[in-house]
Amino acid sequence: MSTRARRRHAAPTADSHTFPTRRYDLVKEFVLALVGVVVLTVGLAIAFGSPDERAISLQDWAKAAPNDVVATAAAELSGDSGTAGYGPPYNNAAEGQKLLGIPLQKWAGVTYPIDAANDFVINPLKAVEGGDPALRLALTVWAKASADRQTTWAGNYVTALNNAENDPAKVAQGDYGSVPALSTAYERLAATGGLEQLISQNSFYGGDPTRRLLLLADGTYLEDQARARSLGGDQWGMMNETGNYPGQPWLWLYTFWYQVPPFSTSDNADALVWGLMMLLSLALLLIPFIPGLRDIPKLIPIHRLVWRDWYRQQREAVRTAPPAPSDATIET
Amino acid sequence: MSSTTWTERVRARIEHTVPPGEALPDHQPAYVSSWIYVFGVLTLAAFVVIVVTGCVLSLGGVDWRHTSTTGHFVNSLHLWSVELFFFFFFFMVIHLWGKFWMAAWRGGRALTWVTGVVAFLASIATAFTGYLIQTNFDSQWISTQAKDGLNSVGIGAYFNVLNTAQMVLFHVVLLPIAVGLIAVVHVILVRRKGVVPPIDAQEPVA
Repeated sequence: MSTRARRRHAAPTADSHTFPTRRYDLVKEFVLALVGVVVLTVGLAIAFGSPDERAISLQDWAKAAPNDVVATAAAELSGDSGTAGYGPPYNNAAEGQKLLGIPLQKWAGVTYPIDAANDFVINPLKAVEGGDPALRLALTVWAKASADRQTTWAGNYVTALNNAENDPAKVAQGDYGSVPALSTAYERLAATGGLEQLISQNSFYGGDPTRRLLLLADGTYLEDQARARSLGGDQWGMMNETGNYPGQPWLWLYTFWYQVPPFSTSDNADALVWGLMMLLSLALLLIPFIPGLRDIPKLIPIHRLVWRDWYRQQREAVRTAPPAPSDATIET
Repeated sequence: MSSTTWTERVRARIEHTVPPGEALPDHQPAYVSSWIYVFGVLTLAAFVVIVVTGCVLSLGGVDWRHTSTTGHFVNSLHLWSVELFFFFFFFMVIHLWGKFWMAAWRGGRALTWVTGVVAFLASIATAFTGYLIQTNFDSQWISTQAKDGLNSVGIGAYFNVLNTAQMVLFHVVLLPIAVGLIAVVHVILVRRKGVVPPIDAQEPVA
């Protein structure tokens, strides 16, 4: 059946301009709505305010969880940290996630290149080695070692820290090279408050904290703080915020998928959830063109509530109308 | 041969798009009689409050809310106007659901529905970037969590949620302009096509 034929077959929607009208003051309606929204907004702002918990600085991190900073530094050096092994857009250490086998993450490329070991740890330490002979020696030992040797030392130290509950003082003797010295010097540097600027891409202005945030997220302290506030990924975290505030409830469906299998157990969860949400958004957008979906409002007569006055008037008009001629056909 | 000036062409185009009297009609079809219609106007009103409070917030800069009680209060106004706009009090969502159950895309109004959904999605992106530029613990956590989803489909390579400066410009310039323009097109389409008649309503016999 052609499109034109289908249109003839389907009941056309009446022209809204042919219906009887009544006076309607759109401007007054808008002004009253605006006043109502302003009153509600001011009332809610006065009653509840808004959350504003101070950001965690790298110095806060070092002071509150020094062992986590040491472990993170070692993981950056060994390639075991989240950033070091991330893949695009930060490096080529991994391919990243795939959507239906399509490596979109890889195709997008490395647009924010980060060498985690050097950018996060070694270069900042080099910047402050001048007044610290022990640190200068540790950096020299590190620089003279081969890449494989560096990875072995740092990997050994990461394992040893894990076995010692991340406490450097309890780490057993082992083949760590200068990694312990570098990691503890790194923790001392962070505690001084100087690390932020040293990993800020040599920019006087600090508008882009990408590296600082990635480094902070490579540790466990940030997540521990978030989980303590019920903001973990498996706690509907991203749509919530600190305190008893509504957060971003409009992200409920996006966050929901992360709570249920197969997404909650998949290594590809992010790509799968994004793919699904894009598909659902497209379906919402195209409802007028999707048979079945676009017919739901006709099948479930909620519209009878919306236009109940109109339908009642139509029924009364039919009931009180004079009898139709016998040969007339009444459409229903 | 008389030539048509650019001005005449633009005027003709405007009058063709929204005929005189249709932009702000003082009458509506008799079937426009339900509280559901109020939510579209409430959504627009909340959008106006969001823009105004956002502009005031911009005067003080990103850190104003942390350093001044006035800045913090203006931020609270901005937050609650967004919650009202969107979901917490359901303006936009009730408007959207209302239009769904009214099958408001009928009678050549599919583009009206499409622009409404695009405005909804663009509004979510705008609100999201607002949460990223709070420069507090919430924005630290939200941005480091959100990056993985965006990176996984390649968007994060160009839309870096960890880059506060980039997100500020998206939040206060690019996305509000997009939402505003889409909303204008949406309202023009509503005015041009008129309010969708009830399902199965027949045109009145003259």
